[in-house]
Amino acid sequence: MAPAPENAPEHCPGTESEQAGKSSACDGCPNQNVCATAPKGPDPDLPLINDRMGGVKHKILVLSGKGGVGKSSFTTQLSFALSHDEETQVGVMDIDICGPSIPKMFGLDGEQIHQSNSGWSPVYVTDNLGVMSIGFILQEADDAIIWRGPKKNGLIKQFLKDVDWGDLDYLVVDTPPGTSDEHLSVVQYLKESGITGAILITTPQEVALQDVRKEIDFCRKVKIPIIGVVENMAGFVCPSCKGESVIFAPTTGGARKMCEDTKTRFLGSIPLDPRIGKSCDQGLSFLEEYPESPATVAYQGIIAEIKKILPQ
Amino acid sequence: MQQPPQLDGVKHIILVMSGKGGVGKSSVATQLALSLIARNKTVGVLDIDLCGPSIPRMLGLDGKGVHQSSAGWVPVYADENKKLCCMSIGFMLENKDDSVVWRGPKKTAMIRQFLTDTCWGELDYLIVDTPPGTSDENISIVEHLKAYNPDGVVLVTTPQAVALADVRKQVSFCRQVGVPILGLVENMSGFICPHCAECNNLFSAGGGEAMSEEFAINFLGRVPIDPTLTAMDTDLVKQFPTSSLFPVFEKITDKVEEYATRSQ
Repeated sequence: MAPAPENAPEHCPGTESEQAGKSSACDGCPNQNVCATAPKGPDPDLPLINDRMGGVKHKILVLSGKGGVGKSSFTTQLSFALSHDEETQVGVMDIDICGPSIPKMFGLDGEQIHQSNSGWSPVYVTDNLGVMSIGFILQEADDAIIWRGPKKNGLIKQFLKDVDWGDLDYLVVDTPPGTSDEHLSVVQYLKESGITGAILITTPQEVALQDVRKEIDFCRKVKIPIIGVVENMAGFVCPSCKGESVIFAPTTGGARKMCEDTKTRFLGSIPLDPRIGKSCDQGLSFLEEYPESPATVAYQGIIAEIKKILPQ
Repeated sequence: MQQPPQLDGVKHIILVMSGKGGVGKSSVATQLALSLIARNKTVGVLDIDLCGPSIPRMLGLDGKGVHQSSAGWVPVYADENKKLCCMSIGFMLENKDDSVVWRGPKKTAMIRQFLTDTCWGELDYLIVDTPPGTSDENISIVEHLKAYNPDGVVLVTTPQAVALADVRKQVSFCRQVGVPILGLVENMSGFICPHCAECNNLFSAGGGEAMSEEFAINFLGRVPIDPTLTAMDTDLVKQFPTSSLFPVFEKITDKVEEYATRSQ
């Protein structure tokens, strides 16, 4: 029998069945229309995606249930750091369709995508660091992308199928917050070529941890390995008096405690340094600009740890 | 189609939005609600962030459940006088760490149910907290609320350029779908070091105000970072009026009440 979603109505024929959306069990199901109109059988684009992804060694998702915790800034700094070695080919794919931050953080505002015989070319920051984002496709930077799920999924598919990524050592995927269309789609499209793992980003306060626990649950449901959890914006050292303060109070023990509870790997904490935000606004590599910052040390520790964990 | 009567007793509807996540939509929604409660209003808070509901935690209602009555879902009350009620998917999860892995159509159906099946009763204000972005949830709530003429949107941003870029998109969204913008709040604007009282701009400064000028949007105010807010999690209705952010929100609430012009 075709697979049925966990919370489908009783006697659901399964979303991929010929009867999907048409059987009597489907009456009243909010997804009836989608099931009835969706194409059946295996996705014909999957082999094309597998072809493109064949030359990619590690596919890493940067996830968080919570918004604004630093997914994009971590993606950026991780990618800058990985591409520091000129022999390492790095690609960055931004699937936050409604709020793409990646172009600005790499200093690529206003860049456009070029077409070639072999597909869309990513925008290159350096020879070995290519970036793809919807931000490069918009006419006006302020245009809102008022799209529902299926349209977003279509674009994500194009990013995987039509972009000439070439051979990559790392493809780092920056995601929007949540556990919905974008996440399901990228997981589904990369199912056959395989996702190396997910890095989860959080901040120390309970309201963010709550959402990250949901993201852990999501990863387990869709069977993506979790590389580990990074705690961002942990503590702040006042530049004038060097006194330390907490900004987002870890009232429930912070990310370390959450990792113990959920049996996930804790990769480390990055303190809040206002210069991280500034570097991101200016599209610079924070690690290269401020090598003396305690945040740089923390970042480097975490990145080294990630490299160690990834299968060679 | 006949409109369901559940929102007929609601005088004002305000949406809290931002293109960017984690800028404080839920905390602004919460504090706005608490300020209105302090003015003796009755307020409902509807949380349509289905994948990452934060309102239950912020109002200290973690672990509470929604009850069914013959009239529909009974929202969860945050105080004994029943002045503040709220509704969130967080109240419906068996286990609070469960992820809600839903695509658009299912989210849209849930949002419709929140509006049609919840007995909101008589409210002075219904504050709708939204997830970041300009996609399914945001499109759906605007569509469903059209018939009720919502008063408008309170936009929330933080001062740095990366956040502003997304909020600019939200302005385009509001203008395209035709909901008025009541104003913009700049959140996490500065942090006063408790050791030396020096004000640090953790996420730069002034960006929100400059943007509201550029787009001719009312600037509602600047909210500094106060770590005690994250630590406050019980009996907020009583505690909030003693918080250092209360006076800040008094001014914001004044403006919101003034701009909320929906006829009664």
